[in-house]
Amino acid sequence: MCLGIPGRIVEVRQSEGLPMGVVDFGGVRREVCLSYVADEIKVGDYAIVHVGFAISKVDEAEAKRTFDVLREMSQLDELEWLKDLAP
Amino acid sequence: MKYLSEYRDPAMARALVTEIRRSATRRWVLMEVCGGQTHTIVKQGLDELLGESIEMVHGPGCPVCVTPLEQIDKALALAARPDVIFTSFGDMLRVPGSDCDLLQIRARGGAVRIVYSPLDALELARKNPDKQVVFFAVGFETTAPANAMAVWRARELGVENFSVLVSHVTVPPAMTALLEAPDNRVQGFLAAGHVCTIMGWTEYEPIAAKYRVPIVVTGFEPLDILEGMLLAVRQLEEGRHEVENQYVRAVRRDGNQPAQDLVTRVFELVDRNWRGIGPIPRSGLGIREEFAEFDAERRFSLDQIRTAEPTMCRAGDVLRGVLKPFDCPAFGALCTPEHPLGAPMVSSEGACAAYYNYGRFRAGSAV
Repeated sequence: MCLGIPGRIVEVRQSEGLPMGVVDFGGVRREVCLSYVADEIKVGDYAIVHVGFAISKVDEAEAKRTFDVLREMSQLDELEWLKDLAP
Repeated sequence: MKYLSEYRDPAMARALVTEIRRSATRRWVLMEVCGGQTHTIVKQGLDELLGESIEMVHGPGCPVCVTPLEQIDKALALAARPDVIFTSFGDMLRVPGSDCDLLQIRARGGAVRIVYSPLDALELARKNPDKQVVFFAVGFETTAPANAMAVWRARELGVENFSVLVSHVTVPPAMTALLEAPDNRVQGFLAAGHVCTIMGWTEYEPIAAKYRVPIVVTGFEPLDILEGMLLAVRQLEEGRHEVENQYVRAVRRDGNQPAQDLVTRVFELVDRNWRGIGPIPRSGLGIREEFAEFDAERRFSLDQIRTAEPTMCRAGDVLRGVLKPFDCPAFGALCTPEHPLGAPMVSSEGACAAYYNYGRFRAGSAV
């Protein structure tokens, strides 16, 4: 129910006074209400979209940091596996 | 980065599983309160990978599942009216009411339409001025801003034939109710990431402190969930009980302020009955008096609803994490996704449907 999908903002406009836009989800484009992220978002940014509303801008720097920590952990783990395999 | 596939990497998942198993000196009981996370955990078998280190208990994290029977029955009564176009998110259509479900009402000629966004329902009302368009406004804090916007815009644009049947629930009071229960076994929580994109996590700080439970704000992808579990296990091992944020890329401490503001203008806190669990004080959102004209319960007279819940269904015990779905006598035999007795067997995010679809017919029986 709380499913939210990250998508890239490709268009920003006003519709009868409401901030709206078009978001690209890996090739599928949808009209999305941008009212709740209007102050922080611009074309090219990623946002989490839920039931046709952008609810949060994806912080790219934080996303990369989380990912790097996880990758580092898995590389360490690979080393451990190699050590276990060594005679 | 696409912020999706990167968080499903099998090698990184294996590393996290190893780290969790290494960190846990005993078996800890954690609860997720989000149907999307339940689905991922059961589908990927994350809990089974963790062996003895963690027992995952699935909490009441599916708004579809906890929508009270009387609200479902009201939806059915509205949808059967010839002057009404009843609109809803798709997952509500097969939730069993006392007599039938919305899909059956549609088969009998009722105008029931699935919408992707509540703004689509509002648009439908503008295009059908001779009909009453009712939207079934269900969900957690994540969905409340979208539904609040539909009501706000209806007033702004003067759409008089639009109204909402509200059954909103909020997560923190449910967590508190579970922790207060004498049979509670939960030692730590994964808090639902998207609820927190809206609300932030300040509401969880007093809960973590009072009940001495770690609460980790967690995302939805397999790596997010495993990292959330790891952070919770580390806290438990070190005797800490803090609110921690795993879902840093989407959640800020104070949440989304413009969204909170509009929710507060349209809705107010009300007592809410949770299906299978019972009444929880101040655990729901209802429409403020100022927007009463858009409240379907006040627009149509719906007081004469008498509900009947099937006695065999143990959904309440499953939702509280006391029973696993396969412990229910009806599970998989009398109750299946094709013929559900209770809501958790309907929604793909319900624990019963997830267990059924991924072959969990007894402990450790995934096929």
